[in-house]
Amino acid sequence: MLSDSASFEVGGLLYNGLVTRDKNLNLIGDIAESWTFSRDCLELTLQLKKNVRWHDGRPFTADDAVFTYETMIDPRTPTAYREDFKAVASAVAQDPYTLRVRYKEPYAKALQTWETWMLPRHVLEPYARAGKLRDAPQNRASPVGTGPYLFREWRPGEKVVLVANPDYFQGRPYLSRIVYRIIPSQATIFLELKAKGVDMAGLTALQYSRQTDYPAFRKAYNKYRYPGNAYTYLGFNLKDPRFRDVRVRRALAHAIDKRQLIEFVIGGLGREATGPYKPGTWAYTADVRTYPYDLARARALLAEAGWKPDSEGILVKDGRPFQFELMTNQGNDERKRVAEIVQASLKELGVQVDIRVIEWASLLKEYIKKRRFDAIILGWGIGLDPDQFNIWHSSKTAPDELNFISYANPEVDRLLEDGRRSCVQADRTKYYRRLQEVLAEDQPLIFLYFRDALPVVSSRVKGITPAPAGIRHNFTEWFVPRHLQRYTAG
Amino acid sequence: MLGYALRRLLIAIPLLVGITFVSFLVIHLAPGEPAEIQTGDLSIQSDKQMRERLREEYGLDKPLPVQYWNWVKRLSRLDFGKSFSPDARPVLQKIGERLPVTLLLNVVEMLLIIALSVPIGVLSATRQYSTFDKVTTVFVFVGFATPDFWFALLLIMLFGVQLDWLPISGLRQINWEYFSFWRQQWDFLSHLILPITVATFGGLAGFSRYMRQSMLEVIRQDYVQTARAKGLAERVVIGKHALRNALLPIVTILGLSLPGLIGGSIIVESIFAIPGMGQLMVQAVFERDYPVIMGNLVVVSTLTLVANLVADVTYSLVDPRIRVAGRRSRR
Repeated sequence: MLSDSASFEVGGLLYNGLVTRDKNLNLIGDIAESWTFSRDCLELTLQLKKNVRWHDGRPFTADDAVFTYETMIDPRTPTAYREDFKAVASAVAQDPYTLRVRYKEPYAKALQTWETWMLPRHVLEPYARAGKLRDAPQNRASPVGTGPYLFREWRPGEKVVLVANPDYFQGRPYLSRIVYRIIPSQATIFLELKAKGVDMAGLTALQYSRQTDYPAFRKAYNKYRYPGNAYTYLGFNLKDPRFRDVRVRRALAHAIDKRQLIEFVIGGLGREATGPYKPGTWAYTADVRTYPYDLARARALLAEAGWKPDSEGILVKDGRPFQFELMTNQGNDERKRVAEIVQASLKELGVQVDIRVIEWASLLKEYIKKRRFDAIILGWGIGLDPDQFNIWHSSKTAPDELNFISYANPEVDRLLEDGRRSCVQADRTKYYRRLQEVLAEDQPLIFLYFRDALPVVSSRVKGITPAPAGIRHNFTEWFVPRHLQRYTAG
Repeated sequence: MLGYALRRLLIAIPLLVGITFVSFLVIHLAPGEPAEIQTGDLSIQSDKQMRERLREEYGLDKPLPVQYWNWVKRLSRLDFGKSFSPDARPVLQKIGERLPVTLLLNVVEMLLIIALSVPIGVLSATRQYSTFDKVTTVFVFVGFATPDFWFALLLIMLFGVQLDWLPISGLRQINWEYFSFWRQQWDFLSHLILPITVATFGGLAGFSRYMRQSMLEVIRQDYVQTARAKGLAERVVIGKHALRNALLPIVTILGLSLPGLIGGSIIVESIFAIPGMGQLMVQAVFERDYPVIMGNLVVVSTLTLVANLVADVTYSLVDPRIRVAGRRSRR
């Protein structure tokens, strides 16, 4: 019920799902002990652990999972995750520790759906019945979860305090008290770090590479770096006849030096993207067509498509120069710089790019939804599952939908449908690898880079083991040795 | 006097309606709706049905005049509505928990500004073109020209990071609960020092300038000459006869800055992570949290109108000329 990323982090310590992710992003049991799928992928049976208790002492049972499902599909519940539960035909508590879920048709995200935080029926039922879930004290004054931390205090705009749950079913976490401070200014966060006022925070690329590289900082903090869950891209409006020609898109891809772009924009703290999946995840393949920086090749492709340089070197076709508008949203300097580099790179080719930076809400409403753009620099946050039906499928092109570049490829449609319908990972891997090959061939957008997440944690904190999932996967095992403890709780 | 105040109060009502209506219109004209922003418009999980439901729940599906009318109806029962943000708490509660700290900060700031700028202004006026006057002139220009956020960061760098004398942001240490009573008080105070310094510095420049100007005008008046000629000590001439008159315009300016006491300083509160009214407003604007924005506006504009009134009334109280003129005009 919390929505932004900070509250997501807090919620993750208060609640559990039936399943969760390990350090390599594979699904493992959390409240669930084990699970089985029927052979036709239509039925999922989860065995639950018997020692799980709510923060108020009541035991967790399969009935709570059923309640969570009922709440999620109730149209009165404010949640962004309903879509996943719509595939469920029925969810029944067979006995207090067995949950049986039936699906209308095979659904790839069936298991992952149950990563959702479980909600306590005994606390929330009256509010859910009345359709007033937003009014429940559960949301702020006294959340009851099953997670490793208990909610202690929330001072709006100031801080959230959590304390260790001594009865946590996986054992009491080591850190006794977690205080999340709310600091709106990035500059202030950084100064707090320098003064050792906070123990953990995220850095910008510039801070990471330039401003924290001195002995005192290195002694006080450990810096971490792992690929983030979002990539930046240059997207084309494929309704524009110029960009409908795949040769043009490929030529532009050849004209942008991604490595230099990453170096310049984020100080090299990112990875080249070749497709929409994060390197190192199971669906990812590096084995696709790439577009090395090659201006001669770009010129040749453009010439093939009918774009020839005039006397001043400007590309012209049918008497009209190649000129387009590149939009991005305000408030994101990184994207603005990407746009500037694209502009400079394409100028070498004889393509004139005009950059327009527009406030986020109006960019969406006036330009993207109405398809009034030539090209854009934006980013996609990717989920943990490779299903990206909503972004690439040709049926998802209505004004409010996400395939706003109007991409349509029958093979891609089929792969997305198949990938979504299977619960066998080996099959899905095949579909999504092929998807990446096709997307790389087609270049419906130019995949630029995945930027790295750059957290720092006080060096007093031990037990951190970086992994593809980041650093927070074993948070309950982090500890501060006694001689390094600074704050005493209780 | 009472009739005058009442009349002013009556005029304030249509004014307030006008202010709220225009604000209401402008906020709704800004692109992006709370329902869209909340459901994460471009996220993979975006859910159209959900958006429609939220619009309905918030009453955003109705035409603007109807929405405004509903809002006014609720307001007439002093119901400011509930916030659109995920916590969905009553607007009044949200404002109520933010107001004290902003008030504290700004009242202290105001008092400091007065306490410092009056003597500075008087001294530089009575010693016009002296070294002191020149130094303060330079200081004033620097004060005018220095952006708040930059000055704040400099102070933080010096006192928070380099010297490590003062806390950088927030209102309390993270383990404040475990401090002794007196240490808690000191901790809280020490968190206020930097923000108050920054806020005071910005206002000091202007105020001391007004004070100087006003004083310069007054000491050239005949009655000051007369006071001197009577053989009064310079201290009494300036402190009693001149200062009182020089303070008159300051009262007006002071009255006009009253609403600022409640509105809070967005920059200072953001940099120092102080959960006050300014921060609440900024956040509400980003989230297009209409009830909170409107609630804030009503509170601040009501106070502005009241402050104007109070300033006018005080003005006529301290300045006999205006009081007499007011009576005459009524006859």
